[in-house]
Amino acid sequence: MAERVRVKALTPPGHVRAPWYLRGKVGVIERPLGAFRNPEQLAYGLPAEEKPLFRVRFSMRDIWGEAAENPDDTLDAELYAHWLEKVDHHAS
Amino acid sequence: MPHDHHDHDHFHHEGMSPSGHPYRTDNDGPLTYWQRMEIAVRELLLEKGHLTPTEIAAQIEAMDARSPANGAAVVARAWVDPDFKTRLLADASAASREMGFDIGPLHLIAVENTAQTHNLIVCTLCSCYPRNLLGLPPDWYKTREYRSRAVREPRAVLREFGLDLPDDVTVRVHDSTADMRYIVLPARPEGTEGLDEAQLASLVTRDSMIGTGLPRQP
Repeated sequence: MAERVRVKALTPPGHVRAPWYLRGKVGVIERPLGAFRNPEQLAYGLPAEEKPLFRVRFSMRDIWGEAAENPDDTLDAELYAHWLEKVDHHAS
Repeated sequence: MPHDHHDHDHFHHEGMSPSGHPYRTDNDGPLTYWQRMEIAVRELLLEKGHLTPTEIAAQIEAMDARSPANGAAVVARAWVDPDFKTRLLADASAASREMGFDIGPLHLIAVENTAQTHNLIVCTLCSCYPRNLLGLPPDWYKTREYRSRAVREPRAVLREFGLDLPDDVTVRVHDSTADMRYIVLPARPEGTEGLDEAQLASLVTRDSMIGTGLPRQP
């Protein structure tokens, strides 16, 4: 079964590459991409550690709810591991 | 001073040129912060001997020479060579380099259109685009309108591009939010069995590799 993850609903200041419209949304890992230098540090010319990056697939239903144009269409985005939290299957 | 003279000696061009076109404003406004920064860094690199003007000009020429034709060649190869297509879908960077394209550090993912799936590429955060393979992105790709609407109402956007997808085709939007870049592998058009690889490549449009269009029909 695909691993379900939620994008953290954080609003830190500065340069981040987790789009606002995906914050707090639940998707599944589409594929791991390896580790890349953290853009949140690179953007400021700081030494940047490598962070695991994933492609996460969301359904349009899960992003836009009732307003979805077609609920079963999907959106894939690249998100760093430190922006993702595992979704507990036992919680509702 | 030019302004001290009467009208027919006027320094500035106004109205229409003799050929009937409006005069284009010259670019002699003040430099922005980043323009000054670019000039300063470039001149330092030259003065310290790290680069030559010839090398800079050659790199600009190489960047300008990249065009959607490179991507079209990759797509056509995938249409005629199933093993290449498998390698392309597994690692599009390696497959592009295998064809001889110098794509630099580009991390490329190819996504395949099928009878059931249509893929669309966008970068909502800025304007990420596989420039090293396809050249410069079209202006609309960088607009706030395309970037916001492609993830919210992709089917409406596609209809405006002339692509009305039936409900049983799943739209998969790919937001290039980090280090990957994307190319759509469009489906090979019907009726192209007799065409060779170069003829097939001529059917592959830039938009068909972004997902806002389909390849040309032969």
